[in-house]
Amino acid sequence: MSAPSEGGASRDGYGRGLLRLAKDERVVVLEADLGKSTKSCHFREGFPERTVSIGIAEQNMMLVAAGLASSGKIPFASTFAIFTERAFEQVRNGIARPGLSVHICGSHGGIHTGSDGSSAQSIEDLGIYRSIPKMTILHPCDDFSAEELTVKLLNNEGPSYMRTARNKTSRIYDGDSARNLEIGKGSTIIEGRDVAIISCGVMVERSIEAARILEDEGIACSVIDMHTIKPLDLELLTDLAEKCGCLVTAEDHSVIGGLGSAVSEWTAKNKPIPVEMVGVNDRFGESGGTSELMTMMGLDAISICSAVRKCINRKNMQ
Amino acid sequence: MGDVASQSHDELTEMARLCRIDILRMTHEAKSGHPGGSLSAIDAMVALYGTDFRFDTSNPDWPDRDRFIMSKGHASPAMYSLLHQMGVLDVEDILGFRTLGSACQGHVDMVWTKGVDFSAGSLGMGLSFGLGCSIAAKMDSSERRIWVMLGDGETQEGQVWEAAMASSYHNASNLRVIVDRNRIQNDDFMAVQMEVGDIGEKFASFGWNVLEVDGHNISELIEAINWANQNESAPSAIIAHTIKGKGVSFMEDNPSFHGKAPNDEELKIALEELS
Repeated sequence: MSAPSEGGASRDGYGRGLLRLAKDERVVVLEADLGKSTKSCHFREGFPERTVSIGIAEQNMMLVAAGLASSGKIPFASTFAIFTERAFEQVRNGIARPGLSVHICGSHGGIHTGSDGSSAQSIEDLGIYRSIPKMTILHPCDDFSAEELTVKLLNNEGPSYMRTARNKTSRIYDGDSARNLEIGKGSTIIEGRDVAIISCGVMVERSIEAARILEDEGIACSVIDMHTIKPLDLELLTDLAEKCGCLVTAEDHSVIGGLGSAVSEWTAKNKPIPVEMVGVNDRFGESGGTSELMTMMGLDAISICSAVRKCINRKNMQ
Repeated sequence: MGDVASQSHDELTEMARLCRIDILRMTHEAKSGHPGGSLSAIDAMVALYGTDFRFDTSNPDWPDRDRFIMSKGHASPAMYSLLHQMGVLDVEDILGFRTLGSACQGHVDMVWTKGVDFSAGSLGMGLSFGLGCSIAAKMDSSERRIWVMLGDGETQEGQVWEAAMASSYHNASNLRVIVDRNRIQNDDFMAVQMEVGDIGEKFASFGWNVLEVDGHNISELIEAINWANQNESAPSAIIAHTIKGKGVSFMEDNPSFHGKAPNDEELKIALEELS
């Protein structure tokens, strides 16, 4: 068993969250040979009798989890985000359709994963699971929020998918502030009236960085940690749309299907205001260091700043 | 399943005949559905519910019931006919098969139908689900047994063998499979489409106990089911050799009745043959 990585990566929060859930005897953890990576390994160490090793067989894992859920257990099943996608139809037909409370965690999501290359960089997971009825979709930004949201999944009815990241990020929360987080309620990190940057996952820290750069230019940004992609916090979106008049989304995910799509779908129908999307522009990644890759793919504070300026120009031209 | 379990061999044979009539009537009424694989599977299902299978018709959701997981979910008419004959579904339910709002959905669905333990429709998933139920039962120290009905064509799905491997690894001794070995799949005979070979041998190679039986002989089926219940050294697979469309001459061994309902004339002939 490898030593746990130092705090700061959302996957570590997932691992700690599982440990906090262990006192509920209904909680069962499923692994597909990646427990050391997803951090379910700590639960396994403490509670081997409630950990089910499935081996490298993700399709089987999803339906074993469904069978456990139908028998009164609360299963948490994890592997890499990209490998959960292999079992998409199992999640759709075997878990979500009967509405079983199976909680799936896909770690190592996004370009942020880095040097493993494009085969490991899931950039479509949020989109494909968001398209499934009844699913709750989470993408926390740091370890404390991931821990807290994992714990709160226990009482969240129906299936869920949570994406965690491999690498450490700046901590946005501490143990106390994370406790206030609620599934389905976006968290306001910075308040500003000129534009709202709605972000998730590893892009939250980049959005904060962008807001600081823009502050020097006299642009006041709101920054939102929209850790729940589905159900989307429509009350908060309405407030932001009315207050700021334009929105920028930022995600380490394809611009097709994820947070940007979710926000745009809502604005198109309800508040037709300018929206700019920062995300992966319909392409695959490649191997590289996280920071250089994120910059190359347009997933950094500079890109967010450009999107904000463009969005405010559009608003002013209206 | 107290009510069925107390019935004699002759009564079970009669029940299977009534189920066959239901299968034909509901697919005819719906003008769609899968009679062939329902008619091949029904004898094994009647036999199972005729053993000491734990099921309470007045409380189908009883948590400690044995589970029956119809992985070949397109053979839903077989499941509905059985639930009808046991009094869980009424005749209006089964004749509403495949219509809007019906308790009898096109493929078996645990949300829509009391007494159904699994939402199927996509092949290859039921054994994995059964393994999950099996592990949960062991965690709860419950004696409930988990039965999974697989189609033979379905074993072309790789997930079936992922589950077979994992069942053995997890010593799922409370898990049993019945394979409806009718040798026909959707498009044609398996020999034409994709012959899988000796299914029993494959399960055995994963560490399962295996028994091959005539899937239309109620006595043999009951013996096999009891054998599985008494042999809990490993999960058990009963390979039930069957005839697709069994009981209706023009449907027997005929791939075209995999997913085609009988028309008016065909229903008339079929019901005469079953009378």
